Order: sequence, then structure tokens, then C-alpha cells
Amino acid sequence: MAKVYFSAGLREFTGGVSQVQVEASNVRRLVAALDDMFPGIGERLSEGSSVAIDGEILTDADFESVPDDAEVHFLDILQGG
Amino acid sequence: MALTEENPGYKWVGTRPIRPDGLEKVTGKAQFGADLTLPGMLYGKIVRSPHAHARIVAIDTSAAESMPGVKAVITGNDFPDLAANGAHPSAIDISHNAIARDKVLYEGHVVAAVAAVTREQAAAAANAVEVTYEVLPHVLTVDDAMAENAPLLHEGMITKGVEPTPEQPSNVASRVAHERGDLEQGFGEADVVVEQEFTTKPVHQGYIEPHAAVADANSDGRANIWCSSQGHFQMRADTASVLGVSQGTLKVTAAEIGGGFGGKTVIYLEPIAVRLSQRAGRPVKLVMDRDEVFRATGPTSGTRMKIKMGVSNDGKLTAAEVWMAFEAGAYAGGPVGAAGMTVLAPYDIPHFLVEGYDVVCNKPRVAAYRAPGAPMAAFAVESVLDDLARAIDMDPIDLRLANAAVEGTQAAYGPKFPRIGFVETLEAIKEHPNYTAELGPNQGRGVAAGFWFNAGMSSSATVHVNENGTATVVTGSPDIGGSRQSMALMAAEELGIPYESIKPVVADTETVGFTDVTGGSRVTLATGAAVVDACRIVIDDLRARAAKTWDVEVDQVEWVDGQAQHVDGSQPPLSLNDLAAKSARTGGPISANASLNARGVGAAFSTQVCDVEVDPETGVTQVVRYLTAQDAGRAISPDYVEGQMQGGVVQGIGWGLNEEYVHDQNGNMENPSFLDYRMPVASDLPMIECCIIEVPNPAHPYGVRGVGEVGIVPPMAALGNAIKDATGVRMTDLPMSPIKVLEALNEQSD
Amino acid sequence: MARTHITTVINGDEVDFLTEDSTSLLHALRDEVGLTGAKEGCGTGDCGACSVLMDDRVTCSCLVFAPEADGATILTVEGLADSGELHPLQQCFLEGAALQCGICTPGFLIAAKALLEKNPDPTETEIRYALAGNLCRCTGYDKIVRAVQEAAIQMREQ
Repeated sequence: MAKVYFSAGLREFTGGVSQVQVEASNVRRLVAALDDMFPGIGERLSEGSSVAIDGEILTDADFESVPDDAEVHFLDILQGG
Repeated sequence: MALTEENPGYKWVGTRPIRPDGLEKVTGKAQFGADLTLPGMLYGKIVRSPHAHARIVAIDTSAAESMPGVKAVITGNDFPDLAANGAHPSAIDISHNAIARDKVLYEGHVVAAVAAVTREQAAAAANAVEVTYEVLPHVLTVDDAMAENAPLLHEGMITKGVEPTPEQPSNVASRVAHERGDLEQGFGEADVVVEQEFTTKPVHQGYIEPHAAVADANSDGRANIWCSSQGHFQMRADTASVLGVSQGTLKVTAAEIGGGFGGKTVIYLEPIAVRLSQRAGRPVKLVMDRDEVFRATGPTSGTRMKIKMGVSNDGKLTAAEVWMAFEAGAYAGGPVGAAGMTVLAPYDIPHFLVEGYDVVCNKPRVAAYRAPGAPMAAFAVESVLDDLARAIDMDPIDLRLANAAVEGTQAAYGPKFPRIGFVETLEAIKEHPNYTAELGPNQGRGVAAGFWFNAGMSSSATVHVNENGTATVVTGSPDIGGSRQSMALMAAEELGIPYESIKPVVADTETVGFTDVTGGSRVTLATGAAVVDACRIVIDDLRARAAKTWDVEVDQVEWVDGQAQHVDGSQPPLSLNDLAAKSARTGGPISANASLNARGVGAAFSTQVCDVEVDPETGVTQVVRYLTAQDAGRAISPDYVEGQMQGGVVQGIGWGLNEEYVHDQNGNMENPSFLDYRMPVASDLPMIECCIIEVPNPAHPYGVRGVGEVGIVPPMAALGNAIKDATGVRMTDLPMSPIKVLEALNEQSD
Repeated sequence: MARTHITTVINGDEVDFLTEDSTSLLHALRDEVGLTGAKEGCGTGDCGACSVLMDDRVTCSCLVFAPEADGATILTVEGLADSGELHPLQQCFLEGAALQCGICTPGFLIAAKALLEKNPDPTETEIRYALAGNLCRCTGYDKIVRAVQEAAIQMREQ
């Protein structure tokens, strides 16, 4: 089970829940599972987020595998200059 | 000076040879965007709004169209309405920023454009375009824009990220927030609490080369674009979107670029130039003048920030509360999100709340500027940290060391940090002789730190081995800071051939695979990783060819120092020259491609100390001594790593001491020239001493961490802290220009 | 409108061209003569990217009307190297990594050349003030100043 943490900005979708445990083999399946739990969050996560898996920040990470016990954070997509 | 953890004995990485494109740049041969001339080329000129906020009632182009030499006149009507086509809101904003439709939202907003045979004819025709406006009330600052009953820029803007969702529209596009623990408990545990409000003004990236584009459209719908940009693939995508065409119809070539710093990751001239060229049936050159660059490209946000932080007497930060409002300019999407994520990132604080608001106002849409959002946030937090250190009588570096994020710290923005080098930068400053150098009268010393994530994203590279054993390395990353040298150094290291045998090339959108922008401090990491991958595929191919030649299994062949060697030495080695010369016989030309979405991005930290002398009669702050320590992971090219460090520092010095956008009450910029928008010159500065720290990024083949951006994050706070040390006054409004320092000094003595 | 015929010596060659009276020397050099080394950074004489030597004096070519150059001797960055051999300043800029994007480099080379011809052994402060009319946004000036110091040494030794 991966531990998924929601920043304050995402808690409007989760009704204030800040952390859940989810079973999923890759990021796309993880997002789908989260969308089942918190309808509407799927679109927000696919569009506007990067994901950090055990500290490594990735963008466009749909097929990144999510190891068992991974710590997952969704981050706003950032711009560099 | 470089602090290296392990010295892997690199032959090329870490050296200081001459960069491959340098010769063209010192002889005037290098072709920048405005240097290209095509046969039959016309000159374009843009018509811009003089008003900060207005409805466009009518545009009469008839007079302009009939003027001598005029071959095309266009307005917003010549571009598709993306909103009607159901496009994504961000694409709609880009298209409306490129050329206004029913409203103009800032002084300088594009309204129309003309193309004519000479510059003078184009300028005359632009003046003859008659635009009727209905002027609307405007808002210029976050305070104005957030006030009750403020005039709205976008009638349908409902603030995102607020609960419950507001019923009424406003100028607040979105709210971001991060929190941890319990603020009340945290402040309760503090022995000292400091609370301070800060404001900063918009500043411009200040690249010396104005935007320039040449477009050559053909009657079959295809167009070639030659432009000054940080990312020609991005230009192609955004230009195609605005024009309503398929990306495949556009070929974009990146000219040499005269500075960008984030400001050239967005389109301005390209779709206008293409449409003019299509209408005229001739190539069109569009170059901004400096006035247009200031008024109508994207500076970074002006801000208001409120910081409250608590510390225990023994130096532990117990709580932090941050409220920030950042100007986005005319359309949503400013850098407050990143500011919210970086503001507390260098520190391990158990209780905090960070809130940030993205606020639209009648100013040009902001564009990225070197670590967008982070410098303003750091100005505020690093100033408060300095005051906390004073309050508990603790050395400012020791206070930061006591709370520094390390490997395993849960970052304020969420995930745990992997291996990072923040502590090493703090210690480097503390141990440096500059930190204890004697200070004279009216002099003071200030320290500040900064963090930037750096980016990964997508890059492609192709490596071709030439018949004579040299190699060409082709990438799609426009070279702003010397990246071609880094690519060549890494390729030389991988292939084991001399650096001088590598020719790095930046190719156009048709001749190299997709590559994201040169920005976000990503090129050495991501494009470098693609180059390394392509080299490794080439090496595997070379080993296979040697195996064929020797009639052995490929696992019997190693690649060492540019040669195929048999593992037991039973064959004389085959050099790259040998294998390349016979490549046709062993399978054909030797070349390999790699495309990737980069992983393993390493974050960067910078700690800086500056000494200033403040003239008590004029308020002028002179920078006397400056030292920056930055973790580069591994400095592939130390010369150009230092260059990035020094450049970022000096932009920060300008931001801190002098640069600002000045607007009159009508929303017109009063200082759109280099005379009055005062950037640092050589006589303002001392040498900028550099300490390259190397805590290798464990996830990159060479340990690289991006270096381009983090250097601009600490300087404003370092200066503010030095001014406080020299004079006792805490400056809370940027820039800390002489007149404001003098006012503060006079107030203090009253 | 009839254009004016201007005769100059540019980089050692006699060069003539036609120009409108209101065209700047910068635009004439770039558009008529085809020498694009001098750059337009601001058009108002504040950035120095258009610097040329005009009768041995560092001049912002954007502030000169092309007809004013009639009969003048002009040096641009393209004329610095001698038959392909780089001027010590050019070589020192390369070796000292004194350029990043390179847009300001032609102007700095011209200004530095003028300085060293007048003052072959300048102090760091003298170098910084002599170059204060040239803006650079990439380098922070550190490596530029060091390159000029090194070139000064090499030129004195020659």
C-alpha cells in the first residue's frame, strides 16, 4: 500500500483528509483509485500536478511504478526560468 | 574553489576549455534573431494599447492599408477564437495575450500589426491605425485588485482553492496552501516571535537582446520561423495554437539568444510575424524596441507578503505563518505557487501555514524570471530569520544550521528530501575568510540562503560518429549559458575522445527530437542525460563492431579511453577512428538517438554573504564584498557554473537595490528604458567570489544538479541583512534604493 | 525620397552605402553594409551593445545618424581580428569565459580595446568605470573585468 499525502490545496477534494493508503501499481492507476475515493480529484491531479515518489519529483509520470510502501505527494506543476 | 566529495578522476568533466561556439561570438559572426535577412523581407510594427484597461470599440485599418509600402495589416479578427473552439483556458489566455480581442488588459497589449517595405513605412502605418477605446477603471497592485468592489479584469474569474467556492467573481485567480502541525502550539513554544510585512515591485529579466522573429510563410500553409527563444519546440506549439494550425506546418529554428532568464519561454512576436507573412506573401521581420520589451513582455510579480516566525532561545524554529499575494499581471498563472513551496523549504519547521494568492491586475502578464517566485519569498523569510537571530543573540549561519533541511527531512512542500547539500553551503560560507573580514565605518554584513527545485522534463539527443572518429552531438536546447560546452564535455568523457573532437550543435524542430525549454536549470541534467544515453548506445554499437571484427562475443569487449579493448588483451585495441573508418563494413554509419523524460532531478541550495557600505548622507548602498556558495552536484563546466552563480547574484543585487517598474496613476510605465530602469553596471560591483560545492546528485550519471536559477534567490535578503547590520534599519520594501534608505535612516534618528 | 551617398572606411576598407538621413549608423552598418556584429539593445545609447570606434572614439552607433559618418574611420567587432588572428582581448574573453549569451560581447570588446589603447595598465576600478557604459545581464561583469586585466598584461608584453 502506498501512502498518499494531500497538500492543503487538494483537501477541497478530499473533504479535509490529508493522507490515505492506496493500492496501485502505477501512478495512473493510483490516480484512478483516488478519483474513486474523491470524485473530481482525478482531473485535477492529471492536469496540474507533478508527483513525488519517495522523494523523486517526476512530471508526466502516468506509468511510473508505485512501489509498496511508497510515500507519494502530488505537487503543483512548477515553472522554471 | 571547489569542494569535491569524491574525485572520480574525470578527464574532461570539470575542466575549463574554450567553449565551442565562443569564436563566433567574439568575432561578431554569431547569428542572433535580428541578424537574419531574407530576400524580399518586410519589416513589421505592432500597434499597442496606450490604456491599462479598455474595451476595443473599433479598429479602422483603412488609412494604414493604403500607405506607401504597406503589404499587410492584421488585428485580433485575423486569429481564431480559441474559446469558441473549446480550447483549454491556458491556451485561450496565451492567444489573447498574443493579440487582444474585445478588451485590452494592460498598457502595451497588442491590438494590431502592420508589415511594410521599410522600417519607417511600417512605423508610419502603425501610427495610422485608428483604434477607438472605451477606457475602463484599472487596478495596478495586489492591494487595488483585491479590494472590495475592485474593477474586474475577467468577469468569470472565481477563485480556485478556496473553500467554500466563492459565489462572486474577483481578481483572485487562485489560492495555494501548505500546512503542518498546529500554529498555536508552535507559537506557544517560541521564546521570540517576529512579525513583518514586506512589499516588492515588478522587475524585468533585463536581457540585453530584445525579442526578435523572422517568419517566412509559404502559400501551402507552411511557415519557417527564426526566433530568439529559450525553447523552439515550445514556440512552435504555442504559435500553432494561436494561429489555429497544426504544429507540423511550422518549422522553428532557434537563433543564438541574447539572454532570456525565463522571459523568452513564452511567445510574443511569432504568431504575429507568421500571420503578417501569410497576408503579405513575403518574409516579415519583427523586432521589439526596448520600450516595448519593458511595457509589453513579462516582468515578474510585484508582491505583498506577511511573515510571522517563532524561535526558541536555543535556536529552534518552532512555527511559521506566511501570507503572500503575488501579481500575475493580466492573466492568471503567476509564480505564487512556487513561492509557496520554496518559502520555508530550506528549513525543518514543525508547525506552519503558508497561503499564497495569484492575483490579476492591469499590468503585462508576468513571465518566468529565474527561480520564479522564490526570490521574493526568500527576501521576506531570510530577513525575518536575521531578526530572529539577533533577538536570541545567535550567529545567523548557526541559526540556519540548527534548522537546516538535510537528507530525510520532510520538505515543507511535501516529500522527503533525498541527498542535498544545504549544510555544506552554510559551512563553506562560515569557514571562508570573508565571513570574518574586518568591516569599516558604515559597513555591514548580511547572510541569506535559498532553494530551488530545478526541473527535469523532456529532451532528445543524437550522436553521430564521423568517418574520422570525431563526433557530432545534436540537441534541441538553445544555448544561453554555455550548455554546448557541457554537452561536449560529457560526450568526450563518455566516448573517451578529446573534447576538441566533439562538435555540439543545436538543431531546429525538424532535425532533432522534441526538447522542452532551456529553463528551469534543466539542460545540463536532462539534455545531458539524453546525450549520455545516446553516447552509451553508440559505445554498445562500437563494442559490437569490434566483436565482429575480432570474431569474438561482445562481452569480451570493453570500451576504455576511446578504444575497444579485448578483456584479456589478446587483440590490439581498435580506436574510434579505426571503427569509424570501417563502419560501412561492420553495419553502416554509427549514430544513436536518445529521448527521455528526465528523472533524478536534484535540488539546489545557495548560501551567500555580502558586505555593504551605506552612505549616511545619500542612502547609497555600495556592495563591497560578495561571496556565494552553491551546491552544483557536479560542475561539468566550472567556468560556466561560476558564470551562472555570478549572473544570478548580480541580477539579485539589481532587484534589491535599484530595479523597479514605476507606473503613473493611469497605469502607464514611466521608466521603460535602461536609463531609468537601472540595472547594475561594472562600476557598481566588486568581484563576485564563488565557492562551487559538490554534493553529487545520486540519481544522475555525473551527479549534476541544475545551477542556473538558485543564485538569484538569496541576494535581496543578504543585502537587506547587510544594510540592517550597517545602519540598524530593516528595509521591508524593494528596491532598497537610496531615497528609501535615506528616509529610513532619517526616521530612525528622529 | 532620395537617399544620401556616404563614404567611410570600415575595418580598414573603403566602404560606401546609401542611407536615409534619419537612419542610424547602427542600422546602416547592419542593414546596408551587412555587418551585424554591432547589436541594438536599446536604441537610446544606454546599453553599449552597438558600440563601435568612430575616429578612434567609442561611440554608440545608435546615437549617430548615418550621414554623420561620411568621411569617418570606423572599427566594428568584425575588424578586431587581424587576418583571422584573434586580438588578445578576443582570446582572453574566450579563455576567461567572459561571455555567456554573447550579445553584449562585441560592444565590450570595442570599449575594452579603446580603454587599453589609452591606458595600457588600468586598475580594476579604471576598467570598471571604462566599461560602465556597457550593460551585461548574464555575467555580473566579474569574468569580463578579469579578461580585460589579462589582455592588458598580454598586450604590454607584446
